[in-house]
Amino acid sequence: MASGIRDRVAIVGMGCTRFGERWDAGPEDLMVEAFAEALTDAGIERDEIGAAWLGIFFDEQSTGKSALPLSVGLRLPNVPVTRVENLCATGTEALRGAVYAVAAGACDIALAMGVEKLKDTGYAGLPERTKGSFEDLYLPGSTAPGAFAQLAAAYAARHGYPMERLREAMAHISCKSHENGARNPKAHLRNRITPAQVLGAPMISYPLGVFDCCGVSDGAACAIVMTPERARALGKRDFVTVKALQLAPSNGVEMGHQSWDGSYTLTTRLAAQRAYAEAGISAPREAIDLMEVHDCFSITELVVMEDLGFSDAGRAPYDVLAGRYDRDGAIPCQLDGGLKCFGHPIGATGLRMAYEVYLQLLGRAGERQLPAPALGLTHNLGGIPNRNVASVAIFGVAS
Amino acid sequence: MGWLEPGGTRAPSGARAICNWDEDALTLAVEAGRECLRGAAAPPQAVTLVSTTLPFVDRSNATLVAAALDLAPETQTLDVTGTLRAGTTALAQAAGRSDGLRTLVIAADARTARPGSAQELEFGSAAVALLVSSAKPSGQQSALADIRGVAHLSADLVDHYRASGEAFDYALEERWVRDEGLAKLVPDTVRMALERAAVKSSDVQHCVLPVAPAAAQRLLRSLGLDQAQLADALREDCGDSGAAHPLLMLAAALEAAAPGDHILLVGFGQGVDALVLSVPRDREAPPRPQLAAALARRREEGSYTRYLAHRGLLDVDFGKRAERDNRSAQSVMWRKQRQLAGFVGGRCAACGTVQFPKSRVCVNPACRHTDTQADFRLAELAGRVKTFTEDWQAFAPRPPAIYGNVEFEGGGNLLMELTDTEAGEARIGMPVRFVFRLKDVDNLRAFRRYFWKATGV
Repeated sequence: MASGIRDRVAIVGMGCTRFGERWDAGPEDLMVEAFAEALTDAGIERDEIGAAWLGIFFDEQSTGKSALPLSVGLRLPNVPVTRVENLCATGTEALRGAVYAVAAGACDIALAMGVEKLKDTGYAGLPERTKGSFEDLYLPGSTAPGAFAQLAAAYAARHGYPMERLREAMAHISCKSHENGARNPKAHLRNRITPAQVLGAPMISYPLGVFDCCGVSDGAACAIVMTPERARALGKRDFVTVKALQLAPSNGVEMGHQSWDGSYTLTTRLAAQRAYAEAGISAPREAIDLMEVHDCFSITELVVMEDLGFSDAGRAPYDVLAGRYDRDGAIPCQLDGGLKCFGHPIGATGLRMAYEVYLQLLGRAGERQLPAPALGLTHNLGGIPNRNVASVAIFGVAS
Repeated sequence: MGWLEPGGTRAPSGARAICNWDEDALTLAVEAGRECLRGAAAPPQAVTLVSTTLPFVDRSNATLVAAALDLAPETQTLDVTGTLRAGTTALAQAAGRSDGLRTLVIAADARTARPGSAQELEFGSAAVALLVSSAKPSGQQSALADIRGVAHLSADLVDHYRASGEAFDYALEERWVRDEGLAKLVPDTVRMALERAAVKSSDVQHCVLPVAPAAAQRLLRSLGLDQAQLADALREDCGDSGAAHPLLMLAAALEAAAPGDHILLVGFGQGVDALVLSVPRDREAPPRPQLAAALARRREEGSYTRYLAHRGLLDVDFGKRAERDNRSAQSVMWRKQRQLAGFVGGRCAACGTVQFPKSRVCVNPACRHTDTQADFRLAELAGRVKTFTEDWQAFAPRPPAIYGNVEFEGGGNLLMELTDTEAGEARIGMPVRFVFRLKDVDNLRAFRRYFWKATGV
């Protein structure tokens, strides 16, 4: 029986750029900015890095494929670099590669870098891209908001919940994230918004209005990992360890089998169950102190509260409206502002989430700081509810 | 466009059938073909597609129609075009073919006229399909009509024309066409057909004259027929559907005809076709009434500018997402041809699960057997909307793009576009049927690709 990744790898340094419409910066600038912070934080030299993983989704957007953007951009010492892409779980996938390499003993120190330069496309929203040479011939020309908006219609139908009330809970989610983002100097959107603004905003894809959708931003985030033993040997005391790192991709059921009703994300449930098992957590509602989930759209955050096991089936809207996931609630969600306020530079997002958990666990989150959290969770849902890759990672303070 | 003629000399009335943005002569033909074959005792062995508005000039449109109807690969396919008379000629040929092949004759036209023209007020778009056999139908199924006499005339009288590559017809003076063309060319050909059929003009109950009303009146008089014998020209609820129109009027007449009735069918365009048909006295049952139902499925277009945009007559800014490259991988289209054109998925022999696309490994999580799926056509199944959205961000010629998960009767699920659906109409649980429609236009390569969409029943 595999023992899993729990406590076998430490994160000793992290960096994250300011996210936003970075007209001033290309992908190279963003990677250099994030890397400089992580290197200083880790207290190591660049040439100590033994291998690196680069997460980029849209390689068309001035970043480029392969190892080269990272190796050349940071002038790494010709160490192995692997470019990975796993939809919106790309950043977490890059971290997974680096963590597994250290755990395997393949290298002493590894770097995970996620970057995305979305704002060179020339328009708002995510770029149009092919779905595949066969899929383009039969799948609708859908957008991300259109794909996720369907969760709302299906959730409302399944639970007999009125759409107007569901939209109020969704509005609460967006307002809560903006409240948090306003306290974060690295967030893209730092304005506070009201439920009336959310509900009165132009419709993007029914029932998602503009404020139900996350921003579109440029950004980079990275992590430097090594074994806890090496970290201690280097005299480091404040670091976090990886408790769990799980992925669950769809296998076609949601797209092709009638058993899925469209009201939840199947893969999140599977990844969460495995992550809790890997981390040795039996009661996640009590154990998890904070979480960063994939709030690409307000409805996504709402349904994954149930998929992650934090709300009972059909109760997420009530829990949301009761403030359970607000910054002063039982399990604060999106303390940094989430995708809602950071936007979603796809390759960077998973590592940006880990960065906030890292700061919180080490007590470095400034005015957003929670009192002594011990365990934090990150979640990505890449693709669309019909076909996706979910990742769940759990981090804790070194014990 | 009333400002063009301030005197209001044109007084348009009634409705005209127009295409949604994702319909054209080819999709109309598929829909008519499906309706015709519903309940047919045996599938056709040949498909003749008649139209002057086919989307492809060099690529067999009839072959794609046959594929959408999921007919056998051995089916003979032929496009017939070039004149509005082509429908009646194709019908006569199908009835007289010596090889005895059962022929599905489909006539379809999706007509576009220059904005402001007289044609704009007259044209309609429609398709009609007739299953024709030169041999006596075997078994119990009696024919809806027998073709008793046929006569042809070819005469290069140019009442209107459209040169290759041109968008619009050029019409000549109506009075000249009426007096020098119709009045002089039609009667003799009709008399010849009646003579060959041994039917007197007074015995004709339904006279199909797909010509302008004034010309029809004049022809009636010269043929010694009266008003009661004139078949409905569908001007008030469809408009003149071009090459489809003679056969569309014929279909209406067949629905109205009683056993023993005689029908005179005329086609005009660089000559004349005249056919005399008789409804068998022993006809078991009249045809399923479809015309009224098809006309009742109408949706009103409330925007003239949207109509113009959909016909390509108004250069509208559809936004940057419309810049998407819609290149079609032809190698994939060919490899998956039966799935894409015929909407044929797979049905697992091990667990019975229906799925689209057909795949090597069954999608049922409790099965996942390999290579157990047999071809299974989904096009004629009933469906149900499981999830949906109205997407105002996606490029759509008719925003919002409406799509959602659709569950097939008996299992299976697919994310599908909903067409002929307006914002506010989709509902979870809504029953749908499937229609063959234009999916995307590749403007860079002048290609159009088609697939199936869901629409409310």
